[in-house]
Amino acid sequence: MDTTDIVKALVGGALIGGAASGLLLFNGRIAGTSNIVAGILSVRSGDVAWRLSFVLGLLAGGAVLVVEAPSAISTVHPRPLPVLAGAGVLVGMGTRISNGCTSGHGVCGLARRSVRSLAATLTFMGTGAVTVYIVNHVLRWSAG
Amino acid sequence: MKLISAFVFGVVFALGLGLAGMTQPAKVIGFLDFTGRWNPTLAFVMGGAVLVGLSAFPRILKRRAAVLGDAFALPVRTHIDAQLLNGAVLFGVGWGLSGYCPGPAVVSLVTGATPVLVFVAFMLVGLQLGGRFLRAGDRSSAA
Repeated sequence: MDTTDIVKALVGGALIGGAASGLLLFNGRIAGTSNIVAGILSVRSGDVAWRLSFVLGLLAGGAVLVVEAPSAISTVHPRPLPVLAGAGVLVGMGTRISNGCTSGHGVCGLARRSVRSLAATLTFMGTGAVTVYIVNHVLRWSAG
Repeated sequence: MKLISAFVFGVVFALGLGLAGMTQPAKVIGFLDFTGRWNPTLAFVMGGAVLVGLSAFPRILKRRAAVLGDAFALPVRTHIDAQLLNGAVLFGVGWGLSGYCPGPAVVSLVTGATPVLVFVAFMLVGLQLGGRFLRAGDRSSAA
């Protein structure tokens, strides 16, 4: 870890917080990615257009990164595909059941001083850390 | 106008995630590895994001409505229950296994790389399964 990494992390974080604040100020909506994607999937939710626009914005931002800073987005992954498939199901189910992910609970929820979101954030960071501990230090999967 | 605004903030959000290193799963796994070669850099990401949000959100929410006219749509639940904690447990396990949370995964789709395509495809399945689970819960509590 060097100073450049910390500055990048802080500026990146500030952009994330700024984008979440902007979406709240202009659109009156919470920038929680899992809820936004879930809302596109369920036909009954209505309100699909702004969600699609936000997701298209995420993809456009990704495209800018691919062109301007290709190393910013990994294309290889330390875990095998079956593990990623299982992890995907867990992330989808978990964020749907608890109504939020790192952006909805971790950023927007904490910014709203929501104790519910704080509980969710501490819980998923805790089980995330325990999972990494088991994978890296008990099972000792290579790489990671 | 509302759609352009949502698009623009989506772009900024993605650039922030990329600059911060959240779209590099190996780095995220390193952040969660407290007992190994812990890389604390990502703590500054959430720190930076929450600091900006903490100062901006209360000011924004003093308004009667959003700038483009919509009423604020805020989460209504405030209680901590088993459903919240169980969901967060599952999410954390998936996050630790993959290093992906939903935002960075969606942003990474543009690479077309197989790992992220597989992850997001199964994440969509998980979102649907979670939705079914919630609806089943609604029915049993209504009965």
